[in-house]
Amino acid sequence: MLADLLDFIAVRYPDLLAAAGRHLAITVAAVLLGILVAVPLGIYLAERPNRFLNGLVFGIANLFQTIPSLALLAVLIPLMGIGTRPAVIALFLYSLLPILRNTYAGFQSVDPSVTEAAKGMGCGTLQRIFLIQLPLAFPYIMAGIRLTTVYIISWATLAALIGAGGLGQLIISGIGVNRKELIISASLLAILLALAADWLLGMAERRFSRRAKAKHGLSPVTPQMET
Amino acid sequence: MIRFQDVSKVYENGHKVLDGLTFDIKQGEITVLIGPSGCGKTTALKMINRLIRPSAGEILIEGKNIAGFDPVALRRKIGYVIQSIGLFPHMTIAQNVGLVPRLLKWDKARIASRVDELLAMVGLDPDTYRSRYPAELSGGQQQRVGVIRALAADPSIVLMDEPFSALDPISREQLQDELIRMQQDLKKTIVFVTHDMDEAIKIADTIIIMNAGRIVQMGPPEQILRHPADDFVRSFIGKKRLHEEAGEPVTVERVMVKSPVTAYPTRGLAEAIKMMENKRVDTLLVVDRANRLLGQVSIYRILEHFGDETKTLADVMQPAEHAVKPHTPLTVALRMMSAHQLSNLPVIRDDHVLAGLITRGSVVSHMAEVYARKEMREKFHAG
Repeated sequence: MLADLLDFIAVRYPDLLAAAGRHLAITVAAVLLGILVAVPLGIYLAERPNRFLNGLVFGIANLFQTIPSLALLAVLIPLMGIGTRPAVIALFLYSLLPILRNTYAGFQSVDPSVTEAAKGMGCGTLQRIFLIQLPLAFPYIMAGIRLTTVYIISWATLAALIGAGGLGQLIISGIGVNRKELIISASLLAILLALAADWLLGMAERRFSRRAKAKHGLSPVTPQMET
Repeated sequence: MIRFQDVSKVYENGHKVLDGLTFDIKQGEITVLIGPSGCGKTTALKMINRLIRPSAGEILIEGKNIAGFDPVALRRKIGYVIQSIGLFPHMTIAQNVGLVPRLLKWDKARIASRVDELLAMVGLDPDTYRSRYPAELSGGQQQRVGVIRALAADPSIVLMDEPFSALDPISREQLQDELIRMQQDLKKTIVFVTHDMDEAIKIADTIIIMNAGRIVQMGPPEQILRHPADDFVRSFIGKKRLHEEAGEPVTVERVMVKSPVTAYPTRGLAEAIKMMENKRVDTLLVVDRANRLLGQVSIYRILEHFGDETKTLADVMQPAEHAVKPHTPLTVALRMMSAHQLSNLPVIRDDHVLAGLITRGSVVSHMAEVYARKEMREKFHAG
């Protein structure tokens, strides 16, 4: 069984790698789109607290999250046809909520006195956001991106159903021709991809949180006599 | 320098925080805004750098209405120190202090030398502290950084919003002293908000006492102490005094030193001497971890046994033969001290926890306070 699998991988590895590459490309495209939309939106919502708008945006993002992925993909076919584009759009919609939520939470977590100090010292709105709030919220945002990426890699296998290709395509073919090796090797690759993404983004997250979060102690340390 | 002209602030819910405030803040002075919480002092302060907009009236700096200034540019020219310090946790001390110069596009070398100069000014060694992060500093050190950060671009006006009130009493005193010392050279126009009258009297050139959005009295500390305008001011400056007038007996608690020098019994004798030297005392109170009084030891007793390196305070301390409770009247304690020739008298609570220490010094300073106030009161009634 294992020998069969290894033989299969040895012969078919170019196909496997090509599928993994495509899988990754779909994921990255969806997550990048998600970041581009959700991070600025999260910042805007945190900056301009408006209960109605917040409820509306989070409600919509939440709604996307609840649509079964198979259904969402199916719905997109009449709208956008088949292929990579609708798949990326569907996955992008899924990435919105976690990134949005974490960006918002990250900005909310910044100590208001820090924000006030920045404002009072003469930081303009953009300077305040980019020099102060974004770096402090970064660990949160990064955590959201990491979580999303891992999910999207997993969900992207379904995107093969609407012809987006990727590792899901191999799994579906494997089911079609009843080749266990194909199914197993593609699934293993998807798992490896998710683990690798998680590990890499986790590293990035820790690098930044070590700098920002570990230093996040504003309460006076034990009073001591200074000389 | 700064002029408030009929400034009011009414919030949307109809709450009036400031009610027709008019006053002048003189250049190069420390002006303290003081009053109970909700009196509008912080609101008034934050109007100067346009963090809060007045509902009516205008604020002039050097004769120009600040409503016409760009708020961001205005704030860069005004130093700002807040109670919760607000250092940027992800930036080093040097980056924190250098932020406004950086916003003003100073070149790097100039920023670096300015940062070092300011750190040295508040007694923080630049080589040690420059690249540390705020969380690695004590509260007092953090607020020193908060103060020099406000001074970084050499603003002529500095706003300080209860800057020392979150600090422990020792750091607070030190920072007040440093502020007074720095001000002698810097001559900034400082607007300082506090609710602590002792602090106001200590640092202010002019005190503005506010209540319910209005100025109750304004003047130098001396004048306010000698001629309080009304009962509100009187109660504000002298809560302690009112007790005396009510004829309550003065208790030990009011007079004692609240944090006497203590040591654990496991201390070595050389350490104990070093400690006494540092704190300038001749007696150490020996306490256990729960701060319960075990005994006391004088410098003479330690020197007697100093030759024996194995001894600790536990071996040489003597039981405290005399002690009083916090609510003991002072007269009883004084009689005890003179009858037994005591230089000091520990104050312990019912659970034996050390509450403080009556020393001759503490008695003298209490008496001085009482007489100074009595004199002041007589002058007030006479005038």
